[in-house]
Amino acid sequence: MKFKLRILALAAGLATAMHAAAFEPSKPECVAPAKPGGGFDLTCRIVSNGFKSADLLNTPMAVTFMPGGVGAVAYNYINSNRRDDGDALVAFSSGSLLNIAQGKFGKKLDENAARWVGAAGVDYGAVIVRADAPWNTLAELVAAVKADPTKYVLGAGGGVGSQDWMKAAILMKSSGVDPKMMRYVPYEGGGEATAALMGNHIQIYPGDVGEMVGQMDAGKLKMLAVMAPERLEGEFADIPTAKEQGFDAEWTILRGFYLGPDVSDDAYNYWAGQFDKAYENEAFLQTVHEKGLIPFKMSGEKFDRYVKDRVGYMRDLAKESGLIK
Amino acid sequence: MDVFSHLATGFSVAFLPLNLLLVLLGCFIGTLIGSLPGIGPINGVAILLPLAYALGLPPESALILLAGVYYGAEYGGRISSILLNVPGDAGAIMTTLDGYPLSRKGEGGRALALSAISSFAGSMGALLMMVICAPILSQFAVQFGPSEYVWLMVFAFTCLATMVGSRPAKTIIGVLIGLVLATIGIDSGSGVLRFTMGIPNFFDGVDFLVVVIGMFAISEIFVLLESWARNDLGVRPLGKSFVTVADLLAVKWVVFRSTVMGFLIGVLPGTGASIASAVAYGTEKRFAEGKNEHFGEGDIRGLAAPEASNNASAVGAMVPMLTLGIPGSGTTAILLGALMMFNITPGPLLFEQRPDIAWGLIASMFVGNIALLVMNLPMIGLFVRLLSIRQAYLVPVIAMLTFVGIYSIHGDSFDLFFMVLLGVVGFLLRKLHFSLAPVILGLVLGEVLEVNLRRALSISGGDWSVLLDGPITYVMAIATVVAIVAPSLMRSIKMRKLLAKANEVED
Repeated sequence: MKFKLRILALAAGLATAMHAAAFEPSKPECVAPAKPGGGFDLTCRIVSNGFKSADLLNTPMAVTFMPGGVGAVAYNYINSNRRDDGDALVAFSSGSLLNIAQGKFGKKLDENAARWVGAAGVDYGAVIVRADAPWNTLAELVAAVKADPTKYVLGAGGGVGSQDWMKAAILMKSSGVDPKMMRYVPYEGGGEATAALMGNHIQIYPGDVGEMVGQMDAGKLKMLAVMAPERLEGEFADIPTAKEQGFDAEWTILRGFYLGPDVSDDAYNYWAGQFDKAYENEAFLQTVHEKGLIPFKMSGEKFDRYVKDRVGYMRDLAKESGLIK
Repeated sequence: MDVFSHLATGFSVAFLPLNLLLVLLGCFIGTLIGSLPGIGPINGVAILLPLAYALGLPPESALILLAGVYYGAEYGGRISSILLNVPGDAGAIMTTLDGYPLSRKGEGGRALALSAISSFAGSMGALLMMVICAPILSQFAVQFGPSEYVWLMVFAFTCLATMVGSRPAKTIIGVLIGLVLATIGIDSGSGVLRFTMGIPNFFDGVDFLVVVIGMFAISEIFVLLESWARNDLGVRPLGKSFVTVADLLAVKWVVFRSTVMGFLIGVLPGTGASIASAVAYGTEKRFAEGKNEHFGEGDIRGLAAPEASNNASAVGAMVPMLTLGIPGSGTTAILLGALMMFNITPGPLLFEQRPDIAWGLIASMFVGNIALLVMNLPMIGLFVRLLSIRQAYLVPVIAMLTFVGIYSIHGDSFDLFFMVLLGVVGFLLRKLHFSLAPVILGLVLGEVLEVNLRRALSISGGDWSVLLDGPITYVMAIATVVAIVAPSLMRSIKMRKLLAKANEVED
């Protein structure tokens, strides 16, 4: 009898143990929906390197590439081929969300076609002008633009409807200028836009804080405001937010990961748990910093709701600025 | 001199045994990758990037390796262009025009040797220009605005017009097909999806390499299949030709001009090897007019020009990357990403803060180019022997390589289907006696032209006078007009002289 009990107890123990480790990825993979070296590649490196240095992976994580339409190709691919694959994290950015909000990822593929699982980190928009520009505060800049919206040209690294354009539109809106009045020039990537600003082809560049690391020291450009909810730490601590200068212009560039829409709760919770552990780990946070991002600690259901709210907000913005009817 | 002491620092880095080994390795891998159809410098660098990172190389060594792959690939691209009529990468398209006819005549060795030396001269010339005037040039690159790009593209199109040859209508149709392909994708000026047919793979536009490989490589396979079916797969003459001193003397000015042009176009962000080689080829054709010119049938000038130019542009693209932190081409964009992975911010301060990296890279490029020349010349005999492989073996190998190469870009089978479709279209066009180069150039130039014209107009608010604004635009506008008018003017002057002579004789 005793013997039987023991076996039972053992069996029960095994069962609970097995339940606790119900999911363990056999071949963890991070899908970067871009070519190697791009922003999504860096996002994937945050989990593949960061999780490794935080000892959160038993098997090394592979990074695979699937470029196309700021994540559109990957979104469609996951939704048609790997709906329930719990091994594959896919990187996304708020640029992808903006396209989802505008229905550009496909007619039936909205924000509910994925399980948003965890954030890699965030970056913020920044208002950048040439170092020899006549303005030193956002208010001075806005006053000049207000006086004649056609005189100064805004330019950034994305086309109309991209998040770079959205930053420009929000900036205009917050200062009471009709976004449709602004002169906006799309460039291919932040590098080209920075070159255009240096060459004075554009005068205002609503760029990102992260890409300006090191550029400020060179003394050719100056940053009038960060489009963050509050002041940043470190190199950019001296730069006031748009909000504290009286303009309601905020743009958070979110980078994170989703899983396929039919991935099991076990797998989803496993990854959410891994992110929670990573957010407490110094080595992981160091990796986030190295990739030019600011840690943003949110995962699981809360993150899923947050992403869906963002998409809703973006959809309203897109409607307001006439991008979708 | 300041430059020399910096260069000395650079060479002390480049001559470290590890870096010396890496530059040789990079150049060798680059030549190999460049010569494989479908895999160009972009893929080569992208494939090796994670490897360099994983090996734990110090940043300057990783950069030396990756840069070696980059310019090594510009060397290698010419091999399959000349021997097989299949461009190894995008910058080698123009090389097929005169390189392939030469190898058909059994002068493959001569063509390969000449192109290797032109490539070498192009790289070295560009490197010297970079060392001497990089800071001024980065300023020039920044001054180059949308209006200037518009003129550069218009100028490039007028150069293209020289390729019209005997079939103007077909060339124009070819360019138009390219222009139509260029409009596919999200329109950055309005955010509207154009001609994507709801396929997300088309959102970013048509991938240039897929078009190049589809149109050239796949259609070439069809052509070979057709001649196999007809049983007239002739044995191609091998020949043991080599470049002569007379050849080199004949192209010395061609190489010089093409190097300068290629370098300057490479320095500009957004224009790379394919545009540089097209402009050089077109310009040289103009220069050669009436001087025993047979461009397109195996003229050595038509071979030297694009080769010097595409190598010079690869060097030029490094200038804005190193001095401003702005990529000058797709490949340098990846190199830039690589630097960021090593926590190094390229940009104005790189030369001051990390001279070992900046000058080490430049010095290693001198070493690499000499190594490439030394590596390439003796191997020419081996390359030419490629042609002695039976077509029955060669064709499947080319097919396999193109498929692997294209799949490696996006990892998506969609590209493979699209490539085969383009191959069929390319084959039909060839059967109808269209030249394919205008299609590709329409695609490349058309995109840059449209994007910049619209940028210029959105800056000015729709006012076309923005196109003639500033000294660079005046110079380029005049150059364009001269390029259009000069040949016919020259012809009429010559005619008049001839007539005058004839009259004298009559008197």
